Amino acid sequence: MKKNFFSRKQLAVPYAVFLLLFVIIPLLVLIYFGFTDENGTVSFANFLSFFQSGKTIGTLLYSIVIALFTTIFCLLLAYPAAFILAKGKFKKNQAFIMLFVLPMWINFTLRITALKEILTLLEGNLAYHPFFNTILCMVYDFLPFMILPLYQALCKLDNNLIEAALDLGASEFQVFYKVVLPLSVPGIISGVTMVFLPSMTNYVVLDMVYNSTYIMGSLIGSYFSSYDWHNGSVISVILLLMICAVTLFSERFTKSEQEIEKGL
Amino acid sequence: MKKILSSFWIYLVLLFLYAPILILTVYSFTDSAMIGKIRRFSLHNYITLFTTPELLHMIFGTCILALVVAATSTILGTMGAIGAFYSKKTTRGVIELANQIPVVNADVVTGFSTCILMIAFFRIRKETYLPLVIGQTALCAPFVYLSVLPRLKQMDHQLYEAALDLGCTPSQALIKVILPQIVPGIVSGFMTAITLSLDDYFIATYTKPATFDTISTYVVNATRGSQTAIKTALWALSAIIFAVVTLVVIGMNYDTEKLKKK
Repeated sequence: MKKNFFSRKQLAVPYAVFLLLFVIIPLLVLIYFGFTDENGTVSFANFLSFFQSGKTIGTLLYSIVIALFTTIFCLLLAYPAAFILAKGKFKKNQAFIMLFVLPMWINFTLRITALKEILTLLEGNLAYHPFFNTILCMVYDFLPFMILPLYQALCKLDNNLIEAALDLGASEFQVFYKVVLPLSVPGIISGVTMVFLPSMTNYVVLDMVYNSTYIMGSLIGSYFSSYDWHNGSVISVILLLMICAVTLFSERFTKSEQEIEKGL
Repeated sequence: MKKILSSFWIYLVLLFLYAPILILTVYSFTDSAMIGKIRRFSLHNYITLFTTPELLHMIFGTCILALVVAATSTILGTMGAIGAFYSKKTTRGVIELANQIPVVNADVVTGFSTCILMIAFFRIRKETYLPLVIGQTALCAPFVYLSVLPRLKQMDHQLYEAALDLGCTPSQALIKVILPQIVPGIVSGFMTAITLSLDDYFIATYTKPATFDTISTYVVNATRGSQTAIKTALWALSAIIFAVVTLVVIGMNYDTEKLKKK
């Protein structure tokens, strides 16, 4: 009997080795390159220069602003849509849900090209409104990734709770504010993590709409083209730390939500 | 009133999502070089698309890359999921944690770190396509793992034991009992891997050979250039991809409907 279990477990070995070699070791190499200089000696100079230079700090802030605007507009557009799809007129209409998910399958550069052509027609020259165009294209790109988790969270929400609140005399606004919104927080958090971090790094969208300002991703791109592995690694490590922080935060949040649900 | 408002909102968001791509599709059938100018019907974009060797090379290259990456990811991810599922809790925990890294990581960082490891550290040449395939597999395999695992959890585990008791060898039981039950997970993992590979820009730019282009890297370079014929031929490509994706999605939906009825 023991022998049989042994053979199934062994299947994990190739994948575990693959993850170690091509997921974990690359990150270690990043950290190694981030904390050394050209001669291979350990130094914090790269990190210090990132946090001391106004230019790089400005880039960090600009990426956060872009990501914030993108996330907020995605949320504002997606939340009502997800709610209508899950609870409203289009209640779980499979065809409509497909329509909202389908754009995820089309190459994003081609989709941005399409939007760009429309914007060129409307604005004449894209270079006049780089910030507006960037946000618009980012929202266009990431909207399906916000709708899907919100929709899934709202589907799980028990209709009886809404009806009970209405029966007990809550106004529609109160039902939304005190019942629906708090219970959809896990969906909001997973949607926000799917949009916020990628929009800090997706510099292709900026490139395509002729926005010459840098975001965090563009820094990696420019260090890559000048073969500056050390500074590129510094940016990557900083991004990794931010990703870790956001992931831990969101996991803790969704876990405690699950515990509350179990408690109920 | 509320119903009208909610329909209005849904159609507004759909208009935002689809108007650009639909308008582009319409214009791909004209000889116009710019949207907004009304011109005659023409198939010249489609002719350019299918007769320019550079474009054909890029399209087939992208598709072959996606198939290779998806096949590798599916094999690795499925084996990993089965193996991890029957491993000790700590082993499974470690694999799951490592598996989560590429899922949450920014693609730029995944691409750059693969590039650094392969090119700056091990000095593997990009022309071997090895960094590109491995980089994209590192992105896709974890998603396969994540779509196979729920199927394993739902499975009836006594069937495996029964198969062994009835005289199957462990490998026979694995192939004839476990595998058929997780096929839906494997298929959806494979599809996810295909989409991720087709959509990927960042890993490809950091690890691809200089002479090779995927659709993403090609489109981004084409928007910088000023070749109108290429630009409008890409409209035709968008239209074709849009049509194919729509058909695939409808087909898959039809399949699941059929299964539900059964």
